[in-house]
Amino acid sequence: MNSLYYQKRLSRNIGDKFFTSLSVICALIAILPLIFLVTYILYKGGSQITPELFSLEPNPPGDDLDAGGINPALIGTLIITSIASIIAIPVGVGGGIYLAEYSKGGAFSRFIRFGVNVLAGVPSIIAGVFIYALIVSTKILFGSMYSGLAGGMALSILMLPTVIKTTDEGLKLVPNELRYASLGVGASMYTTILKVTLPSAFRSIATGVVLGIARAAGETAPLIFTALFSYYYITGFGDLFYEMGSLAVLIYNFALEPYDAQNKLAWAASFILVLSILSVNIFSRILAAFTEKTKRV
Amino acid sequence: MIKTNKKTPKNIILSLENVSISYGTFEAVRNVFCNFKKGNITSLIGPSGCGKSTILRSLNRMNDLIPNCSLKGTVLFDGTNIYDKRVDPVEVRRRIGMVFQQPNPFPKSIYENIAFGARINGFTGDMDELVESSLRKAALWDECKDKLNDSGYSLSGGQQQRLCIARTIAIEPEIILMDEPCSALDPISTLKIEETMHELKKNYTIIIVTHNMQQALRVSDMTAFFNAIEYEDGDGGKVGYLAEFNSTKKIFNSPKEKTTQEYISGKFG
Amino acid sequence: MEEKLTLFKNRKRFGIEKNIDIIFKNTSLVLSSFVAIILLGIILVVFFQSFESFSRYGLKFLVTSEWNPVKDEYGAFTAIYGTLVTSFLSLLITIPLGVGTAIFITEDFVPKVVREIIGSFVELLAAIPSVVLGLWAIFVMEPFFRAFFVFLHNFFDWIPLFSTEPTGRNSLLAILILVVMLLPIVTAIARDSLNQVPKKLRNAAYGIGASRWKTIFSVILPAALSGIMAGVLLALGRAMGETMAVTMIIGNSNAFSWSLLSPGYTISSMLANQFGEADGSQVSSLFYAAFVLMILSLVVNIFAQWLVKKFSLKY
Repeated sequence: MNSLYYQKRLSRNIGDKFFTSLSVICALIAILPLIFLVTYILYKGGSQITPELFSLEPNPPGDDLDAGGINPALIGTLIITSIASIIAIPVGVGGGIYLAEYSKGGAFSRFIRFGVNVLAGVPSIIAGVFIYALIVSTKILFGSMYSGLAGGMALSILMLPTVIKTTDEGLKLVPNELRYASLGVGASMYTTILKVTLPSAFRSIATGVVLGIARAAGETAPLIFTALFSYYYITGFGDLFYEMGSLAVLIYNFALEPYDAQNKLAWAASFILVLSILSVNIFSRILAAFTEKTKRV
Repeated sequence: MIKTNKKTPKNIILSLENVSISYGTFEAVRNVFCNFKKGNITSLIGPSGCGKSTILRSLNRMNDLIPNCSLKGTVLFDGTNIYDKRVDPVEVRRRIGMVFQQPNPFPKSIYENIAFGARINGFTGDMDELVESSLRKAALWDECKDKLNDSGYSLSGGQQQRLCIARTIAIEPEIILMDEPCSALDPISTLKIEETMHELKKNYTIIIVTHNMQQALRVSDMTAFFNAIEYEDGDGGKVGYLAEFNSTKKIFNSPKEKTTQEYISGKFG
Repeated sequence: MEEKLTLFKNRKRFGIEKNIDIIFKNTSLVLSSFVAIILLGIILVVFFQSFESFSRYGLKFLVTSEWNPVKDEYGAFTAIYGTLVTSFLSLLITIPLGVGTAIFITEDFVPKVVREIIGSFVELLAAIPSVVLGLWAIFVMEPFFRAFFVFLHNFFDWIPLFSTEPTGRNSLLAILILVVMLLPIVTAIARDSLNQVPKKLRNAAYGIGASRWKTIFSVILPAALSGIMAGVLLALGRAMGETMAVTMIIGNSNAFSWSLLSPGYTISSMLANQFGEADGSQVSSLFYAAFVLMILSLVVNIFAQWLVKKFSLKY
């Protein structure tokens, strides 16, 4: 009869040791560069932050040492992302409501859910190409070509699947009893949805939507030939119909410039972009964890 | 090879000496002393939360899989404390098999379900023969001899549980632990598994946790009654302990403890 | 009774309320069909815009690598090759790393808190915009790997993949930055699939004396395989469509080379580079390339969805 004691030289135990170390090595290879990446971006970008950064226009690339600031790009990102949200949120939430509340799992809703997944997998640059063909090259928007509006539309295509999905899934988590309770006292379907189901799914939908917005804010590919880029302050409503800068495109353009001053501006813009996206993510994570905890009690 | 640390009577295969088990800071069961006899079927009974399943899982170190679970005391098997640092839990589980509450066949064919365990235990004999004999011992052969290549999940719940028993028998353990093996089954399947257990008794030692006192009475030679009480030094929660351990006949006919009497007569549980 | 009923003035549903209900339902129906409309719109628009180039160059477009706006000669082979090579090779590196990491954070090698921190950190990284990764690749990764590439070339130049002198940005860097991008996706999905494997299967294997890695390899990984596969396919789709980081580091050259150490092209980086300034038949050719990219990612995506559906019913 074998001894119960652990025997190092057993092939089984050697194998176990080997694979355990292998998975530790995998985790290290995966995580160390990622930690390095984040700290580097935060350190390198953070050291470029000055008050003027937020108020100045960027100077056109050249030999002069002062690159200026990123004000137009910062405002541009806010505007373009807002346009995208204004389009994608109502359409997405409305579509999600149909899928979760009205559809009965028939062919149509299966097709739409399938379409949502496919659209989520469409490369972001294709969204840019599509809007370019539809809006930019046709000058359909009052004769303007590249514009912040077109950029926002391109981004909204990327946001739409996220919004529909989170709405659909958030509503599906609402227990049916709640719906029956409302319908049972004679409320109509739309009152039930607006007053009962939607509010109780609000937090999970909001979290998903906010994460979707954060992701869209960092997207570059759909903007480079729809919104293009601009060096100038955004002064009024009319600027929506002209080229508009954004943090993401600024990083792209200035990273490829041979001048150190522009490169530094790209790092500064990265810092702001990454910091805001990460804080939105972390905040929603904490919120989600918190809700889960309170629910359990 | 075998180092005997302590003198234990010859027919004792497994003995708990002052075992206490906690999950983190929560103490589940305290100061258990208990000897399991070779070739016997021993039932562990008691109200829920008394730690009987915890004790059962500690016997082949399945508790290792539960985070924060810690054990004090010694569990002697074959003269060795299985909680000794030098002991390999995998080795322990090869000699003390376990059947779980929920039938849990692998998502493989019926044949593979049995061959898998045998193979990892280094079985070199005739696999077909082993599969057949294991299924026969678990009283499942006649029902599935024509569909050995079907998935284990194609069987009914009771059949799945017997497949799990066959899988455990196939690795030729010395002890089989069963954690409420019939709680998820219908009465007919339960009866079949009880018959199987009577057959298995000839070759194996069986320790079974059951909620069903009739089952304990029907199948077991020895019965251990666990109970849970609030200790003064505890944090208010109930802690399990071994209240009485004796032959099944004595436990059910003339229990020494009052709580045992109350439990088997259905006053609580 | 009669008197009491009159207190509820809405006891009878007014026509208007019924109408609102119907309008509400139909609006949401229309909104949900927007997804289908946009998807179809994208496919049709890209297809029709590429029609000119398609009728002119046909399938030859896919296998020639001449890209000359002056002579009006277009072939996207370099870009298609680059897309496939960068995405497949990056996945080849990512899969073992990602699955290994996922196993590490689903087993109990380290305390749960540490595992959860690692897990959410990896997830957070998926949120970093690819343009920022591109910036990092240009200024940190490229200098860091320069010596290594020289080494690769000096010792392995008999392998076609390393046959050229390394000069700054190249396809191998694009592959490495793709690994950084895909790792969070593959790790997160692999972790979720591993966590979904019922605990009773693990108990079953441990209960008959299987060692930890025997259990992982013969029970847990096979049960999680379909989920991991679907995740890998999604990552493949992402890799093929990924634009910014790749465009910034791949070197953007249409000259075909087998070597990973020379500058290359992918379809998406070609689009990002040329779309803004193209005109005439070049635009149509770019649309043709975009169409190819779209078909590639659609096929991968639909296959992934099919896989999820086919295997999700198993347990």
